[in-house]
Amino acid sequence: MNPPGTSPDRSHPLPAGEGRGEGISDATRALFAREVAKYPADQKQSAVMACLAILQKERGWISPETEKEVAEYLGMPPIAVHEVTTFYNMYNQKPVGKYKLNVCTNLPCQLRDGAKALRHLEHRLGIAMGETTRDGLFTLQQCECLGACADSPVMLVNDTTMCSFMSDDKLDQLIDGLKNAEQA
Amino acid sequence: MNPQQVLSQFQARGVQTCFHGRHIDPQIYAGLDGTNWRLKDYEARDGYKALRKMLGLAGAQAMTPDQVIATVKESSLRGRGGAGFPTGLKWSFMPKNYAGPKYIVCNSDEGEPGTFKDRDLLQFNPHMVIEGMIIAGFATGSAAGYNYIHGEIFQTYERFEEALEEARAAGYLGDDILGSGFGFQLHACHGWGAYICGEETALLESVEGKKGQPRYKPPFPASFGLYGKPTTINNTETFAAVPWIIVNGAQAYLEVGKPNNGGTKIYSVSGDVELPGNYEVPMGTPFAKLLELAGGVRKGRKLKAVIPGGSSSPVLPAHIMLECTMDYDSIAKAGSMLGSGAVIVMDDTRSMVESLKRLSYFYMHESCGQCTPCREGTGWLWRVVDRIHNGHGKQSDLDLLDNVADNIMGRTICALGDAAAMPVRAMLKHYRHEFEAMIAKAEAGRQAPHPGPLPAGERVSTEARSA
Repeated sequence: MNPPGTSPDRSHPLPAGEGRGEGISDATRALFAREVAKYPADQKQSAVMACLAILQKERGWISPETEKEVAEYLGMPPIAVHEVTTFYNMYNQKPVGKYKLNVCTNLPCQLRDGAKALRHLEHRLGIAMGETTRDGLFTLQQCECLGACADSPVMLVNDTTMCSFMSDDKLDQLIDGLKNAEQA
Repeated sequence: MNPQQVLSQFQARGVQTCFHGRHIDPQIYAGLDGTNWRLKDYEARDGYKALRKMLGLAGAQAMTPDQVIATVKESSLRGRGGAGFPTGLKWSFMPKNYAGPKYIVCNSDEGEPGTFKDRDLLQFNPHMVIEGMIIAGFATGSAAGYNYIHGEIFQTYERFEEALEEARAAGYLGDDILGSGFGFQLHACHGWGAYICGEETALLESVEGKKGQPRYKPPFPASFGLYGKPTTINNTETFAAVPWIIVNGAQAYLEVGKPNNGGTKIYSVSGDVELPGNYEVPMGTPFAKLLELAGGVRKGRKLKAVIPGGSSSPVLPAHIMLECTMDYDSIAKAGSMLGSGAVIVMDDTRSMVESLKRLSYFYMHESCGQCTPCREGTGWLWRVVDRIHNGHGKQSDLDLLDNVADNIMGRTICALGDAAAMPVRAMLKHYRHEFEAMIAKAEAGRQAPHPGPLPAGERVSTEARSA
């Protein structure tokens, strides 16, 4: 059972297995071990942010089951992992589209068409900020400062890839390019 | 093309922000082109020369930790993250005869709206930060360090990890650095989207694997820091400034800037300029010169206002700003703060009510929720500015804003509350007439009920959908 407020949103299809507690693979355990090794032996908890980020990349979101697995691996209470998941903005507490698009609209970006880029994507994708397209491909979000204000309009794709100087033309190219890549 | 190839077409290469050739006497960004970030390139730029000199491997006598601290003190280097605290003095607070681990932590959690200098620094010159951190470790007797990098620049975090591997392989990091007997281990870790973790004690909590809620100070990190051990935390650019000082001497560094404001500083110029980007110039460079480097105000418009040190610093009108030089003392005298050196430029078409609305939303969104005045007050500030901007302001709202700001200032554990309140006060001080005009218009034509506040951006989307 999911606690209130964290139940997965089934409004779009979810690839089989994603988001469920399917067990941590040996390859992932090796990535975890590399993070844990950075800290003193009695401070394994320090690796929690990295472990959650690794699992989010694999599974798309952090389910309560995933939190429990991380808690068990690091020897910390599940509630302490949940505190981290809910405190940091970039952890997905419910499933998102295959591509999570985060557009910065903070003041320096507002001065350089950040909100305009967000609006363009809303029109282009036919969804409002915070929503996911029906095909499960795109989730569109507004975000706070990415630390790349001169690159505005700027957006972060799937937490890791920063896309800069995103004029309306480039936004269209990106959406078309990703759609084509999915069909290929 | 696969998805990663599609996305890679849109990635910045640093040409606009860093390799534009418009720095003045750069020390940190000198000689960079985007490809030469590796260890061998850094060594070719005299990299790790400061470390060799300090350890007595360059012919001269090895320096003692006290001599390193004295040199940094004499250079007048002040913290580049925002507070401008003298770096050498901070290092000297670390207990000398402490039995147990001590730590060096680098604050690369660059999320202050307007700031983007550390991203280019870590991406294009990571070894300079590594060298600065090793020197700090030696000076303070610390055997380990962590660089906490903004989660949003994950590619830069991966770049830094790669640079660390190079430094370890070359013997610059490890138990016995270059055979000197001095050992220092350095690791990278990352945030995941929480502005508050740029606050040093929240950052420590985050490194410890907790939610990033700031700690009471005192005790300061120098006595109770990471894992409760003595810890020195400096900004990325601060560490990067250190090797130059060790190689060239404190006096030479001081001479680059002006008294009490040594060296160069990287300014991140954003907003209404033709050429937004990072500009490394000597401390004390006139603001007018910096604006010129950034191509001047966009589309030939007139300068209206500048937020000179990141979103938390008080806004200054054009006529005051144009009299300023870019250093801690000049900006402070004008009534604001140099902060992190994030210069947000606004032209004469900008509404200050709209600008403040977006900033107020940001502080509400990023308040960690620990202190009531900040958690509740930042929401009040945003809701009131939002209703003024949306034509539902009341005459009493300006007093209310003043009142709420007063009740946040100085009543919270960390500075986020102050950072939310200061822009409000400064906007009302310099641009009260814009708020009054909007309220007067609303009072005159008050008909429709106020629709209630919406997250920034959402009102736009609501309008877009109904259009």
